[in-house]
Amino acid sequence: MQELDMDARYIPSGNIVAREIEGELIIVPLVSGIGDIDDELFSVNETGKVIWDRLDGKTSLTQVVQLLADQYSVSRQEMEQDVRGFVGELLKRKMITDARASPASS
Amino acid sequence: MVNTLASSDYCDTYDLNKSPLFGRRPPLLPSLVIELTERCNNNCVHCYINLPRNDAKAISRELTTGEWKDILNQAAEMGVLAVHFTGGEPLLRDDFAELYLHARHLGMRVLLFTNGRCITPELAEMFSRIPPLEKIEVTVYGMQPTTYDAVARCPGAFDEFWRGVQLLLQRKVPFIVKGALLPQNKGDRERFEAWAQTIPWMEGTPSYSMFFEMRGRRDSGKKNENIAQLRTTPEDGLSVLTRDEIRYRKDMAQFCQKYMGASGIRLFSCGAGLSLSIDAYGIIQPCLRLRMPELCYDIRKGSLKEALTVFFPRIREILAENPDYLERCANCFIKGLCEQCPAKSWSEHGTLDTPVDYYCAIAHEQARYLGLIEPGESAWEVTNGRERVERVINTLLEGDTGKT
Repeated sequence: MQELDMDARYIPSGNIVAREIEGELIIVPLVSGIGDIDDELFSVNETGKVIWDRLDGKTSLTQVVQLLADQYSVSRQEMEQDVRGFVGELLKRKMITDARASPASS
Repeated sequence: MVNTLASSDYCDTYDLNKSPLFGRRPPLLPSLVIELTERCNNNCVHCYINLPRNDAKAISRELTTGEWKDILNQAAEMGVLAVHFTGGEPLLRDDFAELYLHARHLGMRVLLFTNGRCITPELAEMFSRIPPLEKIEVTVYGMQPTTYDAVARCPGAFDEFWRGVQLLLQRKVPFIVKGALLPQNKGDRERFEAWAQTIPWMEGTPSYSMFFEMRGRRDSGKKNENIAQLRTTPEDGLSVLTRDEIRYRKDMAQFCQKYMGASGIRLFSCGAGLSLSIDAYGIIQPCLRLRMPELCYDIRKGSLKEALTVFFPRIREILAENPDYLERCANCFIKGLCEQCPAKSWSEHGTLDTPVDYYCAIAHEQARYLGLIEPGESAWEVTNGRERVERVINTLLEGDTGKT
C-alpha cells in the first residue's frame, strides 16, 4: 500500500469528471491515461462515496477518518484502513490531487 | 483483462457497452443522438440525408452553440453518459471542438460518426489528449481517388479522408472503419478489408452499409430513384453478410435468441422514444431515422425531459392499422432479421405501417439461408415459428462448438 501523508488535503483532479447519477457516483476519465483501457468508467461503492464526499480540499485525511468514524460508529483504525485504501487507489489513478499543490487552493 | 480496481473494495470498472452500469436504477435518459448538421462535404450518391456543405438555409436554421450546450446540460442532468454526434458531417460545424469538449467536461462519452475529411492536426491532438472514450467511426467510400471521389462526387475527397485517418493513426486515436458497398467502389473491397485489418482497433471485418435507406425527409423522388438503383440485392447482400461464415453463425445464434418472434400490432417494439435523437434544428425525433413531423417535438418550445416523459410515451402507444401490415409484419416470426420499422415505412411510403418489400425480401433471403423457412414460404404464414427458431439456434450453436 502506498505511504500516505494523513495531513494532506485532497480534491478531485481536473483529469476526471465525477457525476452522481441516480445516487451512484461515477468517475469518468477526462484525459488519457486514467484507466487501463480506453473506455473505462469507474463506479464508486458506498464506502468509497462517503470518503469521496469528504475530499473537499479543506479536510485532512486524519480529519476525514475522525469524522467518518464518528458518523458511522466504527473504530478509527477500521476507518483509517478504508481511507488509506481508497485514497491510495484514487492517487494511483490520478483521480485526486493534493490541494496544497493546487493553484486553486488557499 | 483484469483491472486492479475491479477487485477493489471501493471501485468497480465498467465497459458501458458490455456491463449494466446501474444495478439499482438506470438513468432517466441513457444516451442521446445529436445530428449536428445535415450538411456534408461529400455528396454521396446513396445518401439519405445530406445537404450541400454551404447550404445557407440549413446553416441559418441550425441550432447555435449556446442552444446545443443547453441541450447537453439538460442531457447531463438526466443522466446521459454517452452522446452520439453524427450528421451530415458533424465536423463541418465550426464549433464542433467546443461542443465536444463541453460534452466531455460534463462527463459524457462521445461517439463520433465522420468521413474523416475534416480531421486536422489540432482535432487529432484534441482526441488524443481528451479521448472520446468511444472509438471514432469513419465511413470509407473507396480506397483510391477515382472510386472514392466517384461515390462522394467531390474531387480531392479521398486525399482529405486519407490524411484524416493518418492523423488519427499517428496520434493513436482509436477508430474503426466502415464501408459503403456501391457499384463505384466494388473493386476496392478486398483492398479495403486488408487495410482495415491493419487498424489496431478493428475487431473482425468491417461492416458495410448496402441496404440503403430512402431520403428521410422525403425531399427528392429523383434521389430516391437513384438510391433504389444502388441498393444491394438481397442475394448479394447475403453473400456479404456470410463472408465470415463462422462469425455470422455465432452472431445469428445470439441474435435469434434475443430478437425473433412476431411484433404484433404495436408499431414501436424498438427503442424509439426511450432514447432520443435531435436533428440539427432542435427537433427531437423518436429515433435518428424517423422524421415524420407529427411524431416530433420541438425542443425550442419545451425540454428534453418533457419530450422523454410526456410526449414520446404517447407515441409508443401507436398501433398498426394497415391491413397489409397486420397480415404480414405483425405476424412475421423473422422480425429480428427484418429492417422494417416505422422509420423505414415513413421514408419509403410516407406512412408508419406499410410493409417495405425490399427489407422483407432481405429478411426472407437470410431466413432461407438459416433454414428458418423453405423456398417459396412466407414467414408470416408460418405457425410454428418459435419451434423453428429454437431448432435453428441449436444448429448454429452446434456448429459453433465444432459439432456437425
